Amino acid sequence: MSHHIVEVRDLIYAYPDGTEALKGVSFRIEHGSAVALVGANGAGKSTLLLHLNGYLPTTRGDVYIGDTAVTRETAALARRAVGLVFQDPDDQLFMPTVAEDVAFGPLNAGLPPEQVERRVADALARVGMTHVRERPPYRLSAGEKRAVAIATVLAMSPDILVMDEPSANLDPRARRRLIELLLSFEHTRIIATHDLEMVVEVCSRVIVLDGGRVVADGPARKLLNDEALMLAHGLERPHSLKHLHPRELHLDNRTRGSL
Amino acid sequence: MHMADALISPAVGGTLWIVSGGLIVFCARKVKQIVRDNLVPLMGMLGAFIFAAQMINFSIPGTGSSGHLGGGLILTLLLGPYAAFLVIASVLTVQAFFFADGGLLALGCNIFNLGFFPAFVAYPLIYRSIAGNQHGALRARVATIIAAIVGLQLGALSVVLETLASGISELPFSTFVVMMLPIHLAIGIVEGLATVAVISFVAKARPEALYMAHADGASRSLRPVLVGLAIAAVVMGGMASWLASTHPDGLEWSIAKVSGKEDVTGAKAGVHKRLAEVQEKTAFLPSYGFKDVQSEATPTEGAVPKTEHWPAVSVGTSLSGIVGGLMTLTLACLAGFLIRSGSRRNVH
Amino acid sequence: MGIANWIEIGRMDELGRMDTPVHRVDARAKAVVTLAFIAVVMSFPVHEVSALTPFLLFPVTLAALGRIPSRQILKKILIAAPFAFVVGMFNPFMDRQPLAILGPFTVTGGWMSFASIMLRFVLTVGAALALVACTGMNNLGAGLGRLGVPRVFVVQLLFLYRYLFVVADEGSNMFRSVELRSERARPLSLRMYGSLIGTLLLRSMDRAERVYRAMVARGFDGEIRVLRRSSFRWTDAVFIGIWLAFFITARVWNLADGIGLLLTRITP
Repeated sequence: MSHHIVEVRDLIYAYPDGTEALKGVSFRIEHGSAVALVGANGAGKSTLLLHLNGYLPTTRGDVYIGDTAVTRETAALARRAVGLVFQDPDDQLFMPTVAEDVAFGPLNAGLPPEQVERRVADALARVGMTHVRERPPYRLSAGEKRAVAIATVLAMSPDILVMDEPSANLDPRARRRLIELLLSFEHTRIIATHDLEMVVEVCSRVIVLDGGRVVADGPARKLLNDEALMLAHGLERPHSLKHLHPRELHLDNRTRGSL
Repeated sequence: MHMADALISPAVGGTLWIVSGGLIVFCARKVKQIVRDNLVPLMGMLGAFIFAAQMINFSIPGTGSSGHLGGGLILTLLLGPYAAFLVIASVLTVQAFFFADGGLLALGCNIFNLGFFPAFVAYPLIYRSIAGNQHGALRARVATIIAAIVGLQLGALSVVLETLASGISELPFSTFVVMMLPIHLAIGIVEGLATVAVISFVAKARPEALYMAHADGASRSLRPVLVGLAIAAVVMGGMASWLASTHPDGLEWSIAKVSGKEDVTGAKAGVHKRLAEVQEKTAFLPSYGFKDVQSEATPTEGAVPKTEHWPAVSVGTSLSGIVGGLMTLTLACLAGFLIRSGSRRNVH
Repeated sequence: MGIANWIEIGRMDELGRMDTPVHRVDARAKAVVTLAFIAVVMSFPVHEVSALTPFLLFPVTLAALGRIPSRQILKKILIAAPFAFVVGMFNPFMDRQPLAILGPFTVTGGWMSFASIMLRFVLTVGAALALVACTGMNNLGAGLGRLGVPRVFVVQLLFLYRYLFVVADEGSNMFRSVELRSERARPLSLRMYGSLIGTLLLRSMDRAERVYRAMVARGFDGEIRVLRRSSFRWTDAVFIGIWLAFFITARVWNLADGIGLLLTRITP
């Protein structure tokens, strides 16, 4: 899997009962970018994410991770390159302790015990959760659970992080920690979210989905500031953009730090 | 119906542990063969579901009291016998560990009494023969209730036999049976109603969910069921024979009750005939009696004599009982097959 | 509703996660010793009472060293006692053979066996509860796995345990929302029950699917792998040795009688 490019071409998907969830989605994401996937509920965000790690088979259209198409045979490889963090941490923390949850991925990858231990320690340190190693997952706060869920995926050393509503149910402090964490990553980040304020802070590019199609794809601030576009697709202009000088709207987050 | 350790002898408890342990190993292997690895989280989640569901009561129509779901039958309907047995065993294990609901020695008995009969008897032989593959129809509902009753009656009978074979409690067989079976008849009806209520809802809301069990497990060969029945027959036949020698009426009466609930035609004559034969064979063995009030013995102060407790076991009785029991249950089994031979070709 | 039950599990689980010398003993050692304890206790003849009393030492010691509050265990024993009581209480009526004379009272076999049943009950249940309280479900599950219990079953236990609170939570929330909308406090009708439990069932199945998704996303292929941490130490062997020796001794000789003799210095 080279260059960690994520490319989706004309992806079409219908559920077993016939409802069309994706009606021809295409985009290309370069290594290291932070991209937000936004859209109203039912727009197809979650379904799209599930194609990125091969959980849903690609029936019509293609998904490429690096140079390799994601198929049933290559799905296992795709899962090592693409770390998918789901919406509800309780669904992802199913082992008796945090450490065992974080070790689950590396163990499945067939790594030897010492390496597994090292990956666990590194992943927990990366998200700042080393102190809860031996705790059972239900004794964690929402923010801690979220961080640990991310650690479980980081332990597999993915190149691409895909997240479904990462800031949901977090209190302001936990949310702030999450944002800082996301900013500190160098992985490619694809974030499906309703938290448009977070998008403003974290992402340089936005893809807007509506009714299973990509209706807009471009610089985050430019698109989010387009009130007509936002309202037309079940969204809103984030408040934080309303107070920016027009010149600032053309900067992306990578250069923002120098102001 | 959870048995406590204090009433089980190590012999009975140990035997049932071996039986249940063997069943767990067997079912674990079968489950691994089922190529559906989403079964792992599903089984765990349904175990948690049963646990949670047992905490919610409903009011039984027509009476003032409330009841709740036990879960054995509904698990079998959803998962098929092998996975369901493991889930039931896991729920009972957690209950034993955390609620002192049944002791550890008795856990083997409990797993057998509450797991084996719904999964390997009530579901394949009763439910499937009456309802086939339909879930919403009236037939399915009736089948569910009958299956629930049968499963619980057999379980209750097991409890009685296990307790009596342990010889620790002096509760007379007839009293015990009179206490246990009618109560568990009521519990069986409650279980059936609760199961029907939930399955009907799911059948309306999401019918696909109910067809999981039929993809595997339930439609395999019946050999494991036969083996299980043979084990049950041996265990119960052996124990039943010890009791048959002194209380033929009571045993006959209770077995007649049980076989009356099972949809078994033509077996009634067989059962009675068998029992008469068993009685004949055991008629010349020494007579047992309950410990009567004996006025002779004057015990020494502080000494506790080692008393031989009833029932004393004789190899002759056990063997004939085992043979008799085996025959009886084979006949019942055969009758069950005859009923369902129409739709199924998988009989091994 | 059984919220109390559910809280009980939570409390037992907390106890299981404490750190005391007893907690640090390998789960396998504790499990094996407890099973041996139960088997030995149950192997006594029906009327034995006094010889059983020294066995109280085992659950009491475990609980004391494990810093388990005795109230917890006693309360549970009391709650579970009725079944044993009901079945045992027929004994005094059935067995009237006199066995001992205590002053003006003639103690019949029935009373002795009844007392024996109740004492066995306390011992076995106490030991089982002490085992869980000193070990915790997760360690116990892992220990059972290493003792040879099929992996599928151990995983089942652990998953059940993990999601018990989650599902019970959901169920209790749903129940409460129904309760709040009902006029009088009475149990649900069968129809409402069907839809409440049915919904809970569907949600559980959905959750299982989501957990499965998360497992697959981290490379799950059907095989459950564990990080082997072999931790059986010589202290664990000593633990087993000491207790088994005690059980055998107390089984062969009636220690209570011995103490009684010492105290009264009467030769039989």
